[in-house]
Amino acid sequence: MAVTAKPGRKIGGTVLRWVVLVVLGFYFVLPLVAMGEFSTRGINNTRSLDSWTGIFSDPDLVDAILTSVELAVLSSVLMLVLLVPTMAWIRLRLPKLGRLVEFLCLLPLTIPAIVLVVGMAPLYAWVNYFLGDSPLTLTFVYAVLVLPFAYRAIDAGLASIDLKTLAEAARSLGASWGTVLWRIVVPNIRTALIGASLLSVALVLGEFTIASLLNFETLQVQVNLIGKRNAGLSIAVSLACLVFAFVLLFLLSYVGQRRRVTVVED
Amino acid sequence: MVAPVTTSTGGGAAKAATPSRGGGRSGPSTLLAWLVVVPFLAYVGTFLVYPTILVLAGAFQDSDGGFTLSNLTDLMKGVYLQAFWRSIELSAITALLGAVFGALLSWAVATGNPQGLLRRVVVAAAGVLAQFGGVPLAFAFLATVGFQGFVTQFLRDSLGIDLFAGSAWIFDLPGLTLVYTFFQIPLMVIVFLPALDGLRPQWREATESLGGSAWTYWRHVGGPILFSPFLGAVLLLFANAFSAYATAAALVSQGSPIVPLQIRGFLTGEVLLGQENLGKALGLGMVVVVGVAMGIYALLQRRVSKWQ
Repeated sequence: MAVTAKPGRKIGGTVLRWVVLVVLGFYFVLPLVAMGEFSTRGINNTRSLDSWTGIFSDPDLVDAILTSVELAVLSSVLMLVLLVPTMAWIRLRLPKLGRLVEFLCLLPLTIPAIVLVVGMAPLYAWVNYFLGDSPLTLTFVYAVLVLPFAYRAIDAGLASIDLKTLAEAARSLGASWGTVLWRIVVPNIRTALIGASLLSVALVLGEFTIASLLNFETLQVQVNLIGKRNAGLSIAVSLACLVFAFVLLFLLSYVGQRRRVTVVED
Repeated sequence: MVAPVTTSTGGGAAKAATPSRGGGRSGPSTLLAWLVVVPFLAYVGTFLVYPTILVLAGAFQDSDGGFTLSNLTDLMKGVYLQAFWRSIELSAITALLGAVFGALLSWAVATGNPQGLLRRVVVAAAGVLAQFGGVPLAFAFLATVGFQGFVTQFLRDSLGIDLFAGSAWIFDLPGLTLVYTFFQIPLMVIVFLPALDGLRPQWREATESLGGSAWTYWRHVGGPILFSPFLGAVLLLFANAFSAYATAAALVSQGSPIVPLQIRGFLTGEVLLGQENLGKALGLGMVVVVGVAMGIYALLQRRVSKWQ
């Protein structure tokens, strides 16, 4: 700071800052420690890793994990296919539609998943009639659920490049719209697309509401089910989920770094 | 879960495309231009708008499909009204708790290095808990203060305190309130951190060079600027808690103290004859409450972004 404040005051702020960090840090770390402790309990006050090795020896759980991973990938791909061409096109040719698309994409924020699933139940009777009752059909709902997250990431990406000039330059050199999309738009907003995909993956891996009420066995549904008979195993998987999502988002903070506006403080 | 996403990109979205008429051609190509958007609109129409309408319209239908208001009048009494009040109470309390502690945490993080490890860790952890917590949070809660939880055992064995002396409170509103703070405080950090980043150090310096204290600064500069974002965040947290389902569902397997769990009851078959559409009416009620909160939030956001 340019002007030095009275030293006592600054120290007061620093102390308060550390008190807040330590107290809330403790509040949030305690459950993680508790999960670690609980999931390594053995018989008669011993320590054991049975809960953790149990993750891989429970066939239902392994199936559910694979299902969820497949869903995460499929939903991310479907989301990108739906959003990227539409959003780029709207910026280039149909700016009037921008508000409508934004409204539709953010709509899932106003409609709780538990409400959406009430309307999904009859719709899924049809989906399962035509496509079979594979849990992978959840892709259709999940692509909708990730819309707000993905929309904001991709929108910020598109706003940060001069799309119109780039597209016109490519067009004047004879590129088709497909080429513009695939070789101009996609590479230029690569980081935004990675960001949108990571968020979608994290959301799908953590989704419970819709899967459980449409009776599909995904990761979170299994975790909840197992919890009724083997708390240690469920807690181990839960801890693994939280840590995995944390790693994804932590990586994401580096992915987006290039475009972050640096705030110069001092 | 309701959650605004602040991905890493700073204020980039603010200067969104200003429509220029440069490449706009008219005639048949305009029609073709619209065709490109059709798949997206058709998809969202089928998998988002249609099910939503199904719920909202169903709230006004009896079991034969005729128009009725009886579903809605049923909401206004008995267990359903109680569930709504409990949901609102739970959401309001956790929104306030989350807003206060989340704002403090945001402040503690914002005063540090914006590229530092502390901030990265807090923001990533907040993102996980706020948006993707769900079922794992319920198990984290059970591992901590459940009947055999870490803290429960510690208190019982070392200090002789029985956490469950009163009742099985963790499976009721007090427990839900506690576990909800684990995603409400982090959500506040995500929502409120950008507002704190918007405070310019120069304002602080100007206050100090004019002889103002830290109190003067927060009372007359920082406080008023942050008031609207804070209020907006409280509304957003309220909507978030109100629509949350997974954590409560994993924790409370018997009984339905709050609205989302009431809806679960209707979906899993505990339905009385002639009340099939009551679940949809509950859904309509939730959409209205969340819609009002999010609507005011959007208005506040607009006011904030005007001069930031």
